[in-house]
Amino acid sequence: MSVSVYLDHNATSPPRPAVLDAMVEALRMGGNPSSVHRAGRNARGRIETARRSVATLVGALPAEVVFTSGGTEANNLALTGSGQPRVLVSAVEHDSVLKAVAAAEIVPVDHDGIVDLSALERMLREASEPALVSVMLANNETGVLQPIAEVVRLARTAGALVHCDAVQGTGKVTVDFHGLGVDYLSLSAHKFGGPTGVGALVVRDGAPLRADRRGGGQERYRRAGTENVAGIAGFGVAAEAAAAGLDVAALRDRLEVELRRIAPDAVVHGAAATRLGNTTCISMPGVKAETQVMALDLAGICISAGAACSSGKVGASTVLAAMGVPADEAATAIRVSLGWNTTADDIERLIAAWRDLYVRVAHSDIAHAQAA
Amino acid sequence: MTYSPKLIDHYENPRNIGSLDKNDEGVGTGLVGAPACGDVMKLQIKVGADGLIEDAKFKTFGCGSAIASSSLVTEWVKGKTIDEAETIKNTDIAKHLALPPVKIHCSVLAEDAIKAAIADYRAKSAKKDEPVSEGEQVAVPAK
Amino acid sequence: MNAFTQIRRNDQPIYLDYQATTPVDPRVLEAMMPYFTHKFGNAHSRSHSYGWEAEEGVEQARAQVAKLIGADEKEIIYTSGATESNNLAIKGVAEFYKDRRNHIVTTVTEHKCVLDTCRHLEQQGFTVTYLPVQKNGLVDLEQLRAAVTDKTVVVSVMAVNNEIGVIQPLAEIGKICREKGAFFHTDAAQAAGKIPLDVEAMNIDLMSISGHKIYGPKGIGALYVRRRPRVRLVALINGGGQERGFRSGTLPTPLCVGLGEAAEICMKEMDAEAKRLTKLRDRMLKGLQAKLPEIYVNGDLDQRIPGNLNISFAYVEGESLMMGIKGLSVSSGSACTSASLEPSYVLRALGVEEEMAHTSLRIGLGRFTTEQEVDTAVDELVRHVTKLREMSPLWEMAQEGIDIKSIEWAAH
Repeated sequence: MSVSVYLDHNATSPPRPAVLDAMVEALRMGGNPSSVHRAGRNARGRIETARRSVATLVGALPAEVVFTSGGTEANNLALTGSGQPRVLVSAVEHDSVLKAVAAAEIVPVDHDGIVDLSALERMLREASEPALVSVMLANNETGVLQPIAEVVRLARTAGALVHCDAVQGTGKVTVDFHGLGVDYLSLSAHKFGGPTGVGALVVRDGAPLRADRRGGGQERYRRAGTENVAGIAGFGVAAEAAAAGLDVAALRDRLEVELRRIAPDAVVHGAAATRLGNTTCISMPGVKAETQVMALDLAGICISAGAACSSGKVGASTVLAAMGVPADEAATAIRVSLGWNTTADDIERLIAAWRDLYVRVAHSDIAHAQAA
Repeated sequence: MTYSPKLIDHYENPRNIGSLDKNDEGVGTGLVGAPACGDVMKLQIKVGADGLIEDAKFKTFGCGSAIASSSLVTEWVKGKTIDEAETIKNTDIAKHLALPPVKIHCSVLAEDAIKAAIADYRAKSAKKDEPVSEGEQVAVPAK
Repeated sequence: MNAFTQIRRNDQPIYLDYQATTPVDPRVLEAMMPYFTHKFGNAHSRSHSYGWEAEEGVEQARAQVAKLIGADEKEIIYTSGATESNNLAIKGVAEFYKDRRNHIVTTVTEHKCVLDTCRHLEQQGFTVTYLPVQKNGLVDLEQLRAAVTDKTVVVSVMAVNNEIGVIQPLAEIGKICREKGAFFHTDAAQAAGKIPLDVEAMNIDLMSISGHKIYGPKGIGALYVRRRPRVRLVALINGGGQERGFRSGTLPTPLCVGLGEAAEICMKEMDAEAKRLTKLRDRMLKGLQAKLPEIYVNGDLDQRIPGNLNISFAYVEGESLMMGIKGLSVSSGSACTSASLEPSYVLRALGVEEEMAHTSLRIGLGRFTTEQEVDTAVDELVRHVTKLREMSPLWEMAQEGIDIKSIEWAAH
């Protein structure tokens, strides 16, 4: 049995070896970073080093970085903690943004999954209440990048604050917190070679933030709880490694070209938009996503049928629905996401397995009957 | 919290710990702070016939910065006149020891301790000067 | 010799701050490692074997945690730590049942995150009763019984105090809560794995657990939520609906596995470890008492976890003592507040005078503490307390027979 091919980095990306080394070291050394003795100061030092690395990666100041337990917590903290009575979110946001506040207003997206700027402008004008606009940097299912600078411009005109969920973009494209001009930015370590269980909310100096959990004065009173020292140390090392960028766009492009050569009727969702270089969301007409996922898993290839966090339920993708993709077509979409350890050989194996499947299933009568 | 080498030196090797005889006419005693606040400093000066502070001793209940601040001022006041000693400012102490912001109050307490010791000495000498009975000699403090 | 002594280099201080955090047990780290390297999948990815492997690890760990407290694994929710668990338990039930009940009972010696959560809920219109504790640190059961009304939604009393280590009468509190129809939440961050806990026998409805207090990793904790009769909560973190909707967010598989392994080791070794630590603690206290007069243990010594001592060294200020005993890592209060200069609110609640509270150290012993370390610590403490007393004006006065209270101190 050959080694599996892992192409589900948008679900989680395996930690880099240097990340593991830093974490194991931190786990071995112990210490509560709030303790004033040496063990505590050592732990504190690890956190502050990591804070600088993370800040550098996203063009922020170290003091603007608030460590959290992950992207979900960071998104929740931004949306509830900004204290704005109105919250506007794009229709393709991750559930942790969509469900963070009950009364969020949904800004539609176009066929490529890009936020409808004129709709946003109109909605901002509808009411004068202070608002927070939340638009993600890159979509987790399609990799489509959003025009954040434009969103910020419209929001500023209306006096609104902006949150950007950069969980999927960070480590894959250059992220410049101050350049983007957003007030809040969410990060997650395990999406780019760092560990699970740690993330950050970057908060512009001066932006309002009401802590949503009470306790010790950690993270300058913005996030109580003993810090996940090892996780944070690993996050810092992952951030340093990610500064070099992720150079997999050529592999992804080759994959898309080959898959469409095999199946000319295959559709790449969001293809017309600027996308992350590591993600493709592609439909093999007539073959259900679950069928593809299972067949590929048997061939030793890990991909997914959509976002991993819907607790295992394979439901219709809200992202594709928001883009106007018909439900039957959406049900045939798989997500392939590349990462720091992806090789050309991995892509060749996926192409070969996908071809086998297409030849075997898509052209059988059953598949046609299923599609009809 | 990190401390300066000077502060650590004064904490680890405090100068002039001890007590002088508070009933001695040439000795002024200052006791400032409060146990409930976590700081108490006792600072004593002994003024010689020439008007110079010839000895100083302290005892302190308090954090390392409080101990270092009081140790430092006992060094500083020695050899000075009481008027000169009175000009020592808490900011000088804080600067010399590079006290962290949360410890500035220790230097304030040390300044207060000098002032209290000087005031005590002055009160004693005033009392002594009042009756000025002729022929009474000012006792030369024993070394 | 155990593994930790090999990890600790000779030039490192002796770690005696086990209530602030515990080192990760090497066995725990070993259990976690595969989930960092080759079983790194997202436990929520149901579509491939990486996801399944991760899920298996997470679920096995959940069962290990459940077993430690006599719960069912379906009743365990992973969180990012005890602070989050406490926030979720108290805010979550208060929010869910607010139309029927709007009163909360807690004690003044709770961890800061419980007190702050309660204060927050007061601002939201809830009424909170903060029960005092007795001189020994334990809650008065009759006072508690009187405080719980038919409007009380939850009684939150910590199992073991983080500063003084005293164990609250959980079974009795649970019984009162059950009689009165209020939920019983206990912050067991300092208790789990150290003393036997049984959510059934003690009628506990919600229990917070921390990974890094039981030789597991930081950044992971758990909340026990009773299913029969069912306790319902409003989630604090929303999103992918993980943890049955109680707590969204990708589960950190290695941390979950670490928590589970840590729980299992604690359970297996609890009895023997309690005996060993009690012996060490007694050795330390006797050693100090033999050479130092006027030292006082804060909090009940019998109703206490074996690994904790909280001692007032009269006439010696705690911070200066900490600065002196460089070879020891101890704390002058809880870690969350040890950077601040306020004397401990826990000690004040016991009625310890402020001047005495300033002289207190918390000494935490744990799994890797050795007899030799205890002896070294005793020597170092004796040496520095003696030295600092010699330079303490208060000690001098006490020796001269002056009552410090008779002096009019200027408030500073």
